[in-house]
Amino acid sequence: MLKFVSKNALLLGFAAVACVAVIAGVNQLTAPRISVQAQAQKISMLKEVLPSGHQDDALLENCLSVHAIDAFGVAPTQLYRTLVAGQPVYISETVAPDGYSGNINLLAAIGADGTVLGVRTIAHKETPGLGDKIEVKRHPWILSFAGKQVESVDDKRWAVKKDGGEFDQFTGATITPRAVVGAVKRAALYIKAHPELANQTAGCPAA
Amino acid sequence: MQQYQEIIRNGLWKNNPGLVQLLGLCPLLATSSSLTNALGLGFATILVLAATNGVISLFRQHIPNEIRIPVFVMVIASVVTAIELLMNAYTYALYQSLGIFIPLIVTNCIVIGRAEAFASKNAVLPSVFDGLMMGTGFCAVLATLGAIREILGQGTLFDGADLLFGPWATVLRIELYQADSHFLLAILPPGAFLVLGCLIAAKNAIEAKRQASRQQKTSIQRARVTQVSSN
Repeated sequence: MLKFVSKNALLLGFAAVACVAVIAGVNQLTAPRISVQAQAQKISMLKEVLPSGHQDDALLENCLSVHAIDAFGVAPTQLYRTLVAGQPVYISETVAPDGYSGNINLLAAIGADGTVLGVRTIAHKETPGLGDKIEVKRHPWILSFAGKQVESVDDKRWAVKKDGGEFDQFTGATITPRAVVGAVKRAALYIKAHPELANQTAGCPAA
Repeated sequence: MQQYQEIIRNGLWKNNPGLVQLLGLCPLLATSSSLTNALGLGFATILVLAATNGVISLFRQHIPNEIRIPVFVMVIASVVTAIELLMNAYTYALYQSLGIFIPLIVTNCIVIGRAEAFASKNAVLPSVFDGLMMGTGFCAVLATLGAIREILGQGTLFDGADLLFGPWATVLRIELYQADSHFLLAILPPGAFLVLGCLIAAKNAIEAKRQASRQQKTSIQRARVTQVSSN
């Protein structure tokens, strides 16, 4: 009996070791390629929010780690710094915590004077067919941010039309665009209020 | 040859994993909100089913009966993880659109179901073939469900197909009708249950009709026989 049990236990252990060995081997084999792919993906995503044709090979290295949960919804968050027409522009990963169903992850390129260059939705859990119009592939709404500038905290234009602002809401979904507008506004205000970011030495903890 | 025909019939119709065995409801309902997503998960499931069935069948004589289930679980988890890593490295665009579905396959009971019911008792080739056919049957149900839900909920077909098949696939996108407010229920999870219920009912209705016509044929023959004898 004991012999029987220990034989099965050994076999089970052997199977576990074999499985782990296979996974470890595949992981070793693919890890370098995966990290290259992920980098390329990240760069192409960052370029989405910048003016087309923008060139900056060191985009990922010129990264600042910022602790400001009120402005970006998460802390720490990453700011990627680049120059557009000689002016510093920051691409921030920001979160709208007040979406209709949870967080909305956004990527926003914002100039030092509070001008938004572009915004994209990275991840969200909004209602399909209603709130998901914040994805650029479903609706051009998110493109309406480009060129808008935040003047101050009580800038009336930075709200959905229902609240007296400049941004359209969607039929049946006001909370989602309201959350996105609010998050971009907070991020832009933070960048406008912190001109010293331009001189900070770059450095992010390895992601 | 007959064995293979039986496998095809079982996988695609008689014992269809989506409509009859009702295994794998979790990924079936979660990812069938559009045809593209459905096909994505369907293809990934076919691949995983064939691979796990093959591996388990290969080692079936070395796995004692008492510990077969934990071994199957480990094999399935390893194969899925390995496939996920390989796709991440070599077909990155595909991984981007399928990536979230692949771990879901581990939760698909059909994988361990086939390992236990078929692969642990049959040779490698029929096992791989069974995996392919079961996967295809699952994929067909998933695609039908996805197509119906996408048409009802969005008025399109193949929306976002370029994410799965590459840039050329944007031409596949069909806009069937344009409406301001679509039938939202179809895209939400309850819609998946409703549509799947209708599909199962349709399958049962077809089956019942076949059965009835078969019975009718035999009863007609019998009637003829009595007629002949009475004349």
